[in-house]
Amino acid sequence: MKSFEYVRASGIADAQDTAGRIIAGGTNLIDLMKHQIETPPRLVDVTRLDMTEIEQSAHSLRIGALVTNSDLAAHDTVRRDYPVLSRALLAGASGQLRNKATTGGNLLQRTRCPYFYDTTQPCNKRVPGSGCPAKEGINRILAVLGTSPHCIATHPSDMAVAMRALDARVEIESPNRGTEMLTLDEMYVLPGDDPSKETVLEAGDLITAVHLPQPPKGKQTYRKVRDRSSYAFALVSVAGIVDVEDGKITEAALAFGGLAPRPWRDGTVEDVLVGEAPSDALFDKAADVLLQDAQGFGENDFKIPLARRTLKAVLAELTGVTQ
Amino acid sequence: MQITLTVNGAAREVDIDPRTTLLDVMRHHLDLTGSKKGCDHGQCGACTMLVNGRRINGCLSLAVMHDGDEITTIEGLGDPGNLSPLQAAFVRNDGYQCGYCTPGQIMSAKGMYDEFNKGWPSHVSDDLTAEPNFTTAEIKERMSGNLCRCSAYPGICKAIEESAEEEGLTKRKAAE
Ligand SMILES: Cc1cc2nc3c(=O)[nH]c(=O)nc-3n(C[C@H](O)[C@H](O)[C@H](O)COP(=O)(O)OP(=O)(O)OC[C@H]3O[C@@H](n4cnc5c(N)ncnc54)[C@H](O)[C@@H]3O)c2cc1C
Ligand code: FES
Ligand code: FES
Repeated sequence: MKSFEYVRASGIADAQDTAGRIIAGGTNLIDLMKHQIETPPRLVDVTRLDMTEIEQSAHSLRIGALVTNSDLAAHDTVRRDYPVLSRALLAGASGQLRNKATTGGNLLQRTRCPYFYDTTQPCNKRVPGSGCPAKEGINRILAVLGTSPHCIATHPSDMAVAMRALDARVEIESPNRGTEMLTLDEMYVLPGDDPSKETVLEAGDLITAVHLPQPPKGKQTYRKVRDRSSYAFALVSVAGIVDVEDGKITEAALAFGGLAPRPWRDGTVEDVLVGEAPSDALFDKAADVLLQDAQGFGENDFKIPLARRTLKAVLAELTGVTQ
Repeated sequence: MQITLTVNGAAREVDIDPRTTLLDVMRHHLDLTGSKKGCDHGQCGACTMLVNGRRINGCLSLAVMHDGDEITTIEGLGDPGNLSPLQAAFVRNDGYQCGYCTPGQIMSAKGMYDEFNKGWPSHVSDDLTAEPNFTTAEIKERMSGNLCRCSAYPGICKAIEESAEEEGLTKRKAAE
């Protein structure tokens, strides 16, 4: 690990350090620093800031950026009203890691692409302009949607997928732009020409909280498919929230993990479902729309049929249709 | 940097480079070599210790961030000749072969009992809003952050099941 200066923030202003790098749980950043994938000259420890509360109001649930993944998953309101979020968190990492991992850090964790992790290899995300060997190389865990010719990495978070389905907004305190509230689609950017840029956040921007709107109507679930049944990242995951009334789907929110550079949500998939009676044929139509632009790179071709099956299984579970 | 940690009940002052992990402070600065380094990247659980009562991976924790915290390592549970119930149960049930993962397994189980007592659900809990039952399936899921290269899992599970109450588990079955 490269040397760094360590600073402990005692207020938000300290944390908005444009020359420093924020550290919270450290479970991703320390790993990346050990590999010298990240080499921040200054680390700003934000863990003593007052961002550890979950506050409920009439219209939202405000989750402080330092709330740990285990506390969030175990919170009574989250378990009762936002089970898709508890389920997604509990499907991620391990008991030990969830005790350290924070809400803000989880959102900003970086890809698990093997080329990003191997500093002897080119990687446009790590060294802009160096190339992307993943497209013709080891790409089994990589993306099939939202890729660019320069990067096919996936975003690894489970939590963020559930938050995307729940229409969460991220509260950011920026030294330049003031307080902002961004949806996940506004915060995360697609790789395009510069995969090293993953979000619109700038140096010094601090995530202070995540806001969930009122609990959605209907049933919620999170289904994660992975290489082993615990302690493994998603190959494909689906966060689903569906309401059925009088035999018709009235509301649907679907977000996908393991498929794309950010938690993936495509409103046209939901449009296929809303207003219709749930059926196997309808679910296939929704999957057709989701996957119409999907592109595999060899090893990861299997994700396309796997995404279809996982989506259909989730829709069947949420609507009570037997497959 | 100068920091103070309360390690197994005693205040310990150490002067460290900010890069030093909690795991390395224990092993290299305090001569507490019970906590093991398996992967050094959060992938195996051999370094599991309790920080303020919660289980974490010592290898992914910078010690400077834990100034003032209370740390419990395997050395804090029992000594040879005076084993804690869980340590004794690991011996009785062959909960290891090489023993390298064992301190991490035991510290992780300690943390897990407490998480049960607090009613935390897991990935395998059917009902998120109910209190969890202390079943083998629950133990396996909750202990998945501790790998055993010798695959002593049956003995590990048995030891954890057997000594649960002695180690403070308050109830096995959720209230009806
Ligand atoms: C072995 C292993 C398995 C894992 N498995 C899974 C899995 O299955 N599913 C899953 O979702 N995750 C998994 N993870 C990843 C884990 O969830 C993340 O490491 C964790 O959520 C990161 O949170 P943290 O607080 O530790 O972040 P840190 O490591 O502290 O920070 C991560 C990034 O976020 C930035 N940051 C942190 N807080 C803020 C803030 N408040 N404002 C602005 N920037 C901030 C940091 O600067 C850094 O860039 C796994 C990790 C490991 C090591
Ligand atoms: S040494 Fe810490 S998890 Fe492997
Ligand atoms: S006993 Fe050898 S690794 Fe577990």
